[in-house]
Amino acid sequence: MRKLILVAGLLASSLSVASAKELLNSSYDISRELFAEINPLFVAHWQAKTGETLTINQSHGGSSRQAQAIIQGLRADVVTFNQSSDIDVLHQRGNLLPANWRERLPNNASPYYSTMAFLVRKGNPKNILDWADLTQGDVSLVFPNPKTSGNARYTYLAAYGAAKQRLGADAARNWMIDFLRRVVVFDTGGRGATTSFIERQLGDVLITFESEVNNIIAQYPDLELQRVVPATNVLAEFPVAWVDRNVTRNGTAEQAKAYLEFLYTAEAQQLLANFFYRVHHPEVIAANADKFPQTNLFTVEQVFGDWEKVHTDHFANNAELDKLLAEGRRSR
Amino acid sequence: MSALPFRALRSKSVLPGFTISLGSSLFFIGLVILLPLTGLVMQVAELSLADYWAIISDPRVVASYKVTLSAALVASIFNLFFGLLMAWILTRYRFPGRLLLDGLMDLPFALPTAVAGLTLAALYATQGWFGQYLALWDIKVSYTWLGIVVAMIFTSVPFVVRTVQPVLEEFGPEYEEASATLGASPLQTFWRVIMPEIKPALLMGTALSFTRSLGEFGAVIFIAGNLPWQTEVTSLMIFIRLQEFDYAAAAAIASVVLLASLVLLFVINGIQQRYQHISGALK
Amino acid sequence: MTSKLGASPLLRRVLIGTGVGLSVLLLLTPLLLIFIAAFSAGIGGVISNLRDADMLHAIGLTLLVAGLTVPINLVFGTLIAWCVTRFTFPGRRLLLTLIDIPFAVSPVVAGLLYLLLYGSNGPFATWLDAADVQLMFAWPGLVMVTVFVSCPFVVKELVPLMSTLGTEQEEAAVLLGASGWQVFWHITFPNIRWALLYGVILTNARAVGEFGAVSVVSGTIRGQTNTLPLHIELLQQDYNATGAFIAAALLTLMAIATLVVKAILQWRLQRDH
Repeated sequence: MRKLILVAGLLASSLSVASAKELLNSSYDISRELFAEINPLFVAHWQAKTGETLTINQSHGGSSRQAQAIIQGLRADVVTFNQSSDIDVLHQRGNLLPANWRERLPNNASPYYSTMAFLVRKGNPKNILDWADLTQGDVSLVFPNPKTSGNARYTYLAAYGAAKQRLGADAARNWMIDFLRRVVVFDTGGRGATTSFIERQLGDVLITFESEVNNIIAQYPDLELQRVVPATNVLAEFPVAWVDRNVTRNGTAEQAKAYLEFLYTAEAQQLLANFFYRVHHPEVIAANADKFPQTNLFTVEQVFGDWEKVHTDHFANNAELDKLLAEGRRSR
Repeated sequence: MSALPFRALRSKSVLPGFTISLGSSLFFIGLVILLPLTGLVMQVAELSLADYWAIISDPRVVASYKVTLSAALVASIFNLFFGLLMAWILTRYRFPGRLLLDGLMDLPFALPTAVAGLTLAALYATQGWFGQYLALWDIKVSYTWLGIVVAMIFTSVPFVVRTVQPVLEEFGPEYEEASATLGASPLQTFWRVIMPEIKPALLMGTALSFTRSLGEFGAVIFIAGNLPWQTEVTSLMIFIRLQEFDYAAAAAIASVVLLASLVLLFVINGIQQRYQHISGALK
Repeated sequence: MTSKLGASPLLRRVLIGTGVGLSVLLLLTPLLLIFIAAFSAGIGGVISNLRDADMLHAIGLTLLVAGLTVPINLVFGTLIAWCVTRFTFPGRRLLLTLIDIPFAVSPVVAGLLYLLLYGSNGPFATWLDAADVQLMFAWPGLVMVTVFVSCPFVVKELVPLMSTLGTEQEEAAVLLGASGWQVFWHITFPNIRWALLYGVILTNARAVGEFGAVSVVSGTIRGQTNTLPLHIELLQQDYNATGAFIAAALLTLMAIATLVVKAILQWRLQRDH
């Protein structure tokens, strides 16, 4: 029993938010290795600048579930998400930060970005080179459920945007029906989709972030998987923000802001490029040019309007996505 | 409420602690069980009838009902036979390892469902210990409807065994011997003498197994593959709606599941009452 | 004469063979696979996975949740059993049915019930926020749903036993002037202690292993709200199947311990009564 109390005590102390010299970064699930390398750099930087020793704690989980946890009271100082609508939720549902959070940091508050890429099996047997090839023959696809995964929302928007440019609005809609009908499984998250593609051998093509595609290829060298980056593609932002209500409560406004600004420095941007994220810093771009194929990137706003409109037009209940899926089922 | 009306309720027992035990029972059941149920009712009440119907009759949700019901039905029928067999050999025969086998029957209750799901998925995957042989017959279990059945069978094995076993133990072999002496064939003895005696327990065990299977989540999601319209169980639909921030839809679907399980609970309690009555008469 | 049911040696052999065979395939093989898969990366792999900070935190959190759930359900379960077996009052049967609800309800629905009530959309949201108390997506929420899903165990073990025990001894003690606590501690408790322990063991097994209900209210944030069963899923998604099986093996050891203690208690119970 005494042991139990000890364990409880230890846990309680580790769970509570302690002194002001701590930052909690709430991030998406697959960024663990990334921030494990960035955080020590910032701690050293901050120490040199102010003499203050900072501890940075990480919290990792699905981006949407992290947002839910913060709304429910998780005291995260900063969020580094892969989906700007998950930060918008913090404003809409909890009023934890202002609506204009995108304007507080450069590049729409996205220190880095990525785009969508295809992961195909050894030797690219179905000869997939661009979006149009995905609806040839019996090609089958794997990507997560756009309703639960930010990753898949970008896939949907990238495919739709590219089809609109290629075919015009009406034909693009029909192409999307075909495209969605070929998805063999809608997992709830990106990692689940990877498991389906790799372990369960489902589908010919896995569509996910370019950074994640490179990561998967490195994880499974024996499979000799190949990366294909389509020429016309979406710019997938990885937005960051400090959570105003929490930094006020924790007294960490200054540190939180400096931490996020640090992500834009050459030092941090090179680290990000090492993890196959695309960055904005001109020198870092030049130094890493060979890593990233040339692509013609469009932003979601250019093609579909702001995220709120995107949500109501496409991802809300019985909006475009549901309709396309239903029409695909009927014509089967 | 003051203690006075409580006292008025109590029977003529001289034992102490009525007020405190009833008070704390009501407090606990109210706070832990009933209050959360009202939360669901409140959430559902915010929906219009048309919206409610639209959510619970959504084709994908209806498909999930079918998947869940059919898999639970098959799993509980399997467990009816398997449970009867196990209860029979555990009570009627003596053989080495019997006690170990008896203990093994409880494993699915002691083993966390996530562990069961992870393991079963690995066993029946096409490269797994079982899956590779099943693949020769072109049978796929992991990530198909069959996988859901396997997971449901595993998690609800103990119900039939543990309800039938005590009845068989009490209803000793002497009745069977008497029946045989009177010239009945083994089959006749089974149907005419044993079956009527164990029927309530068998029914109850199967119903419990069915109820458990309907709600099973942990073991199922690891092995189901979760393909919309094909291998999505209703519990997963609720979970997906929650991830979509659609609390109202999650609550609406949950209310259907909840209603089904409450009806089953009352049926089971009914059988149990009858069962107690029967075994009481036996003594 | 082989007319006695099931006495024919052939039938006996077939039945036992089928039963044992199916049990081995269905129940024992999964058990073996867990340990073989866990040790597939060698002892070093096991140790490094176990020393991972997130794994350690998940183990600690799981122990915390079980450590709080078990005493709560022990105390209230005993009180409820006392109430329904020692007194007759209108609504007694209803009370017994109500306590069964958590077993009939799908774990996901159980989690949802609590999320709707205590979450940021629920009726207590403003009040909880003002008090700066976070229940859902934090460890208190995990304890709350675990109490819900595991509360019937103690009651279900005690009620049949206490009903058959009867009240004569306790009544005699009261008439001789014993206080309520003395009656319980000296008369009732010695009679029910093994059943009580049995209920505790089952409550603990469920509390440690719960998945569905906690996954709804947890947010599965590593190092914060991730219990061991939830950690299995995350590890599997991390391409770390070995790690997932190591976490699974820990939980399986707990399950085997539960079965052993259960067998001992059953033997004790039978001996005592």
